Amino acid sequence: MLLLLALPLAAALVCVRAPLSVARTVTALSGAASFAFVLVLLPAAAHHDIDYLRVLRVDALSVVFMLATGFLYAAVAVYSIGYLSGEAADDSSIRRTRRLWAGLNLFAWAMLAAPMTSNLALLWVAIEVTTVVSALLVAIENTDGAAEAAWKYVLLASAGLGLALLATIFAYYAGARVLGQSYDLGFTQLLAVAARLPHGAIQLSFVLAVLGFGTKMGLVPVHTWLPDAHSEAPTPVSALLSGSLLAISFYAILRFYQVAQAALGPTFPRNVLLVFGVASLVLSMLYLFGQRDVKRLLAYSSVEHMGILAIGVSFGAPAALAGVLLHVLGHAAAKGNAFMGAGVLVRKLGTKQISAIRGGLDLLPWSGPLFLLAVFALGAMPPFGLFRSEFEIVAGGLRSGSYVAAAVLIIAVTTAFLGLAASVTRMMMLPLPRPRAVAADRVPVAASSLVEGHEAGEPKPASAATGPLTTRVATASLTSALTRGEPSAWMVVPVAAGAVALLWLGLHPPAVLDELFTRAVALLGGGAS
Amino acid sequence: MSGIVAATVLASTVAAPSALAGGANVIAVGVLLAEFGMFRQALLRDQVRLYAAQSALISVLAVVVAATRHLPDLYVLAALSFALKTVIVPIVLRRMLRGIGAIGGDPRWNDIAGSHALSVASAVLIAIAVAAFGFFTVAALGLRSPVLPATALSVSIAVVLVAFVLMIVRRDVISQAIGFLSLENGVSLTALVVAAGLPLILEIAFLFDLLVAVVVFGLLIRVHHGRAESLSTAELTSLQG
Repeated sequence: MLLLLALPLAAALVCVRAPLSVARTVTALSGAASFAFVLVLLPAAAHHDIDYLRVLRVDALSVVFMLATGFLYAAVAVYSIGYLSGEAADDSSIRRTRRLWAGLNLFAWAMLAAPMTSNLALLWVAIEVTTVVSALLVAIENTDGAAEAAWKYVLLASAGLGLALLATIFAYYAGARVLGQSYDLGFTQLLAVAARLPHGAIQLSFVLAVLGFGTKMGLVPVHTWLPDAHSEAPTPVSALLSGSLLAISFYAILRFYQVAQAALGPTFPRNVLLVFGVASLVLSMLYLFGQRDVKRLLAYSSVEHMGILAIGVSFGAPAALAGVLLHVLGHAAAKGNAFMGAGVLVRKLGTKQISAIRGGLDLLPWSGPLFLLAVFALGAMPPFGLFRSEFEIVAGGLRSGSYVAAAVLIIAVTTAFLGLAASVTRMMMLPLPRPRAVAADRVPVAASSLVEGHEAGEPKPASAATGPLTTRVATASLTSALTRGEPSAWMVVPVAAGAVALLWLGLHPPAVLDELFTRAVALLGGGAS
Repeated sequence: MSGIVAATVLASTVAAPSALAGGANVIAVGVLLAEFGMFRQALLRDQVRLYAAQSALISVLAVVVAATRHLPDLYVLAALSFALKTVIVPIVLRRMLRGIGAIGGDPRWNDIAGSHALSVASAVLIAIAVAAFGFFTVAALGLRSPVLPATALSVSIAVVLVAFVLMIVRRDVISQAIGFLSLENGVSLTALVVAAGLPLILEIAFLFDLLVAVVVFGLLIRVHHGRAESLSTAELTSLQG
């Protein structure tokens, strides 16, 4: 366990100084090793809680989130090798790339540390560390958009975490009323005396926690930083932000939920989560239509899935809770895949505009189909893991009698899938408009400017709609630059691994996961209602 | 300043305050007043100074609580918090601002008077309404603290809410960053009232975290200034939808 904490940190330190080739090897190894360590912890945590040095603690609930993070860390570390290989070799880019490697490790470290802490205060500290590290990673591209997104992100997320800190302090206050002035906010201590905690303080604490950590998790109406940050960050960072950072924030909410449920009974915390969940789901579903930027599209899909998670917990039935945990894993794999696939597309075509990306399946023999599969998985198509998890959530909702919420869930998820799939299939299936040789002959001006456009190296596909001539020139110079093939094998392997994981989760989740979920669901008070 | 008047009235009528309670309330109200002052600061330098003064008040309160309630940990906390929030953070901020020419240098950039989304008067009125809301809502929850009067708790929540208003109505990166930092001051005040016994090690972790956040804010302010050639956030509107 200590090794798991030390490894990414050490890797980050190495990356600050080492040459780039060393940095990427170290990061990839550290990612793979961290994932392996989590896998080792998995069977142990399925049977008993592991306490360590009083400040570290792993139980069935935290190991689920560590699994999601560990998997994405490994996948993203490998993916980044391909993603960063195209960087120029001048001094400033080398410095930037080195920072990105170091930042990735540090970010992953903070996210792995958060679920391993044994008390609410350290949990808050770890999550705040993820904010500051990831804000720097968002800003790393040094464009106008990135600077704007990073500023909004750091300000909103920090303000949200200010509320979360208040929540932590009120939780301490509540605990101190029962346990005396000096206890250290451990979950187990709080839970042990939950029945005697003062209600007002716990209510306040829970609502502040949902609002505060919900800001980081992307719950509507405090989600506004999310699409900006996800779309402007480098792709590996987007994948980590979406697949695992949001989940980690959700984990923090779950810890407060545990305490609130034990102290107040299930009704109040579940209603709070239901309101936020439905708002997130419905609003993001509407935003999914009419997105023009492929990464923003995926970001809103993240908001949608966070809404599903919140609703799932609000159902409270054991099946729904197990579904939520499976959903966390499935979402990490699917959203990581989708972002990484989108990153390949963006790299290939040089634009994030959905209207300019065409013919993905023709151009990318591997990434294209994998991206499409990831999006279908996100839309909860069978046989992927997210289908199983959403099915369990809905079934749990029906069993616990929340018919309206379950119906809203089904309708919204289906509509959202429609919005997502419409844009994505257009990007992947529609052929890239090919320049007609005849047309080029007939318009010699176009042909000559084609060469110029190509030499300038900046085809502006976004302007394709302005006029027939520019259209032809732009698309012509695009296709001439584009041949079928993958930018880098490093960018395919992790996506393929993610797809396999998704299929595995969907078709036949391993037995150890079942044991793990049963135990975690018991922690969350499944069936208490 | 109806919220503040109400605060003092409430403190004097609900429970006849001891010298300690009175002093604590005065300090808490001072923190709130400093927060209000941030609405009208026109110079960057003064904004940072006001933050330093506000932080110093909180350290003083920590010393008062430590002395009267015999919580020796709080002396350490007060010293650390004074060193960090009254000395180090303002120095870091000012050095960075001087680095980009926003202090000294071109007078155009010293001035953030024009960064209001609303007029100062309306902003303060809204802030008063919000502060009063926070004040009475928390009072209604009936949280009692063993170390300080509950009025101080209500005031601290008002500080947190006013900090949010500050971040919303002022459109320059410095005021927004100071808004966040003073939000954290409000939380520290809350912590002093309801969680005075919070283990020192956790408090130190919080403070350290704040330092890291300040450095990151500084870096991002630099990035923003480098791209936009100004400290205003009015131009940050390209990402929508």
